[in-house]
Amino acid sequence: MIEVHDVWYSYEEVVALRGVSLKIQPGEVVAIMGENGAGKTTLIKHFNGLLKPSKGYVKIFGVDTRNASVAELSRRVGLVFQNPDHQLFSETVEEEIAFALKNFGFPSDVIKKRVEWVLKLLDLYELKDQSPFALSGGERKRVAIASILSYDPDVIVFDEPTVGQDYAQKERLAQLIKLLKSQLKTIVVVTHDVEFVAENFSRVVLMSEGKIIADGSTRRILTDSDLIRRARLTPPQITQVAWELSDLGVPKDLMWVSEARDAILRVLGVKY
Amino acid sequence: MRILAGFEFKRGDTFIHRLDPRVKLAYSIAIFTLAMIFTHTVTLSVLFLSSLPLFYIAKAVRKFLKTLQGSLFLVGIVFVVNFITLGFERALAMSIRLLLIISCFSIFFLTTYPEDFAEALVKLKIPYEFALTFTMALRFVPTLAREAQLIMDAQRSRGLELEKGSFLRRLRNFIPILVPLIVGAIRKSIRVAEAMESRAFGASPKRTSLRELKLERRDYAFLALVIIMFVAAIYAKYFLAIEELISTFLRFG
Amino acid sequence: MPIIEMSKVTYTYPGSSKPAIRSIDLSIEAGEYVVITGPSGCGKTTLCRCLNGLIPHFYRGALEGDIYVAGFSVKKTPTSTLAQMVGMVFQDPESQLFLLTVEREVAFGPENLGLPREEVRARVEEAMNLVGIAHLRDRSPHELSGGEQQKVAIAACISMKPKILVLDEPTANLDPESALHVLNLLLDLKVKLGVTIVLVEHRLEAVASVADRVVIMDRGKIVLDGHPRDVLRKPLVEAIGIGVPKVVKLYNELKKHGVNFGFTPLTPDEVRRAILEVMRGD
Repeated sequence: MIEVHDVWYSYEEVVALRGVSLKIQPGEVVAIMGENGAGKTTLIKHFNGLLKPSKGYVKIFGVDTRNASVAELSRRVGLVFQNPDHQLFSETVEEEIAFALKNFGFPSDVIKKRVEWVLKLLDLYELKDQSPFALSGGERKRVAIASILSYDPDVIVFDEPTVGQDYAQKERLAQLIKLLKSQLKTIVVVTHDVEFVAENFSRVVLMSEGKIIADGSTRRILTDSDLIRRARLTPPQITQVAWELSDLGVPKDLMWVSEARDAILRVLGVKY
Repeated sequence: MRILAGFEFKRGDTFIHRLDPRVKLAYSIAIFTLAMIFTHTVTLSVLFLSSLPLFYIAKAVRKFLKTLQGSLFLVGIVFVVNFITLGFERALAMSIRLLLIISCFSIFFLTTYPEDFAEALVKLKIPYEFALTFTMALRFVPTLAREAQLIMDAQRSRGLELEKGSFLRRLRNFIPILVPLIVGAIRKSIRVAEAMESRAFGASPKRTSLRELKLERRDYAFLALVIIMFVAAIYAKYFLAIEELISTFLRFG
Repeated sequence: MPIIEMSKVTYTYPGSSKPAIRSIDLSIEAGEYVVITGPSGCGKTTLCRCLNGLIPHFYRGALEGDIYVAGFSVKKTPTSTLAQMVGMVFQDPESQLFLLTVEREVAFGPENLGLPREEVRARVEEAMNLVGIAHLRDRSPHELSGGEQQKVAIAACISMKPKILVLDEPTANLDPESALHVLNLLLDLKVKLGVTIVLVEHRLEAVASVADRVVIMDRGKIVLDGHPRDVLRKPLVEAIGIGVPKVVKLYNELKKHGVNFGFTPLTPDEVRRAILEVMRGD
């Protein structure tokens, strides 16, 4: 479980986090959103100890991050960074995926099994002997994810996983998140992709200027024009449609095509 | 890395900043030459102290002090080695010489716009392509530094421990940092090449330049001063044998 | 005469066994705003590279077919000439800016052309003002935000006074707010300068309503090419795996239930207009 308690963080003269408090329970799937510079990436770097708070504390499964090393914390909280090219260095995909397992001291027979499992899970088995540098952008991204999933952390944090991805790749990511959720993993995703969040997350933590300005149901937050504006996001397109049609009796908190369709059919008096 | 502080460009509009980089380079080279020619502690100290006012004029004293602080380690080594082999006076002289060399180039880099430096190279008849390579290297240093940090974050998050282990192990642990950095740099360089092509690089054999370096009166004045000082120093050294005179007079050195 | 004409263009990268684009026929008139989209790997970037000569001159490889840009044959004209008519903006904001200040970056193109200094200066000022980045002139590119960097890249192309602007996923690495700024800037430039715009973009909700044409690519071929209202509602688009704007999905869903709008809406307020029309029609 992740507990962030009144955390302040500054580097050089910039105050990146101003009194952030947050609790994430095991098994939850949470999206952290906010404009560039809101502090989202700074916050998640506290989850595995890459950053330690200037004030306040962060506890991961009861352990204060100031009393543990990054390696120890990373064992339970896996961070998948935005750019896979910042981590790929091995001769083969297989070696790349085994890297974390080796660092954490897994025995070699376990490593073999785990690597094979994750290769199949992410559709990378055919590519296991290839050089990671020879793969396409989408494939490299999957290798990066695989290299974290391989050691089976309890919490998986994704930093902007949808940037530069096409629609099909995003769908794949959504499926993966669903699968991980069914395995009782805790998932945290930092993103500014409103449509992706509207489709796949029930809880949103909204940040702006180093503070959390909202934390709760996706629906409540993404359809609140005030909050959306403060966080410099655009509301989901269907929500905008709902606002356009509110005078016709359409509820203002719609997010999905199916709901909008039903509401409009109702307005037009069509049986469905 | 504090030693690098005195070599990092500091924005400013002082007299030194406004001098043409070629003139400043001439100064640096002149002082460097003198630093190599002179051997006595007193003369080297005089040269060193005479360069200090320049930092004050350039309003870069604090940065220079940081460099001095950072270079103490290096100077310390020089002092110890020379002390053991050649004695106290030599050690002192060599240490001051090192400080002198550091300071004479430091003032150049502190007060010269990197773009103007590339410009100066072109004016000195170095082909544009080389000057451009130099400029681009400077341009990407902060970018690569940022990348290196991101790479370290990513690899530490996979259990890589950079601070632990034997010297050999720690060296090996840098491979996961270096490889992505180098591969990334290569990828970037291809994108840079694409971008350069896409903006008509090489379209005309005679390239114009937005800014032109022109020597002004103050440049000629400063250059004249540098030449006079240089000539005077050479005269003092070889015709007046000033270092021998000082040695005899002070019974030192 | 079209400003861009590609006929039966097939291209294979060196060392590759399959062509990246196959038998491409594409014709673009001056002043059009064309959006090209498709799943990763469909050949969009390859197509862009054909427009300013990076293919075949920079990338080598095997190029078949004919490509004419502003009357010049791409196969026979060097990129340094084509670059005067076609400006290209790339996906990674930072690596296309390689000089030490914004001003120098914008000046790089005109400097390369050997234009007289006053002309270079005038073009730099004009480009920076048009794009709204004059206040950034002495800044170093690495200090800028992604959105600012892309604006600098655009200005650096504009200073060459191109007839065509090709942008390959310029907003992919930007947050939504910066993305919108950049896209609005593009529209502004199209109106002010009359440039032809070829934009590769995934964010269809943001551009569908301003584009004159959408070209859909899949696995190296063009599969659909037409007005956004005609193209985006086709089932093939979603089947290929393209993120169709939600309002178009809504339109298709309503159609399944017998509700027919008179036109394909591309924005939320167009949905409102369409519904009111239907209500009046009843």
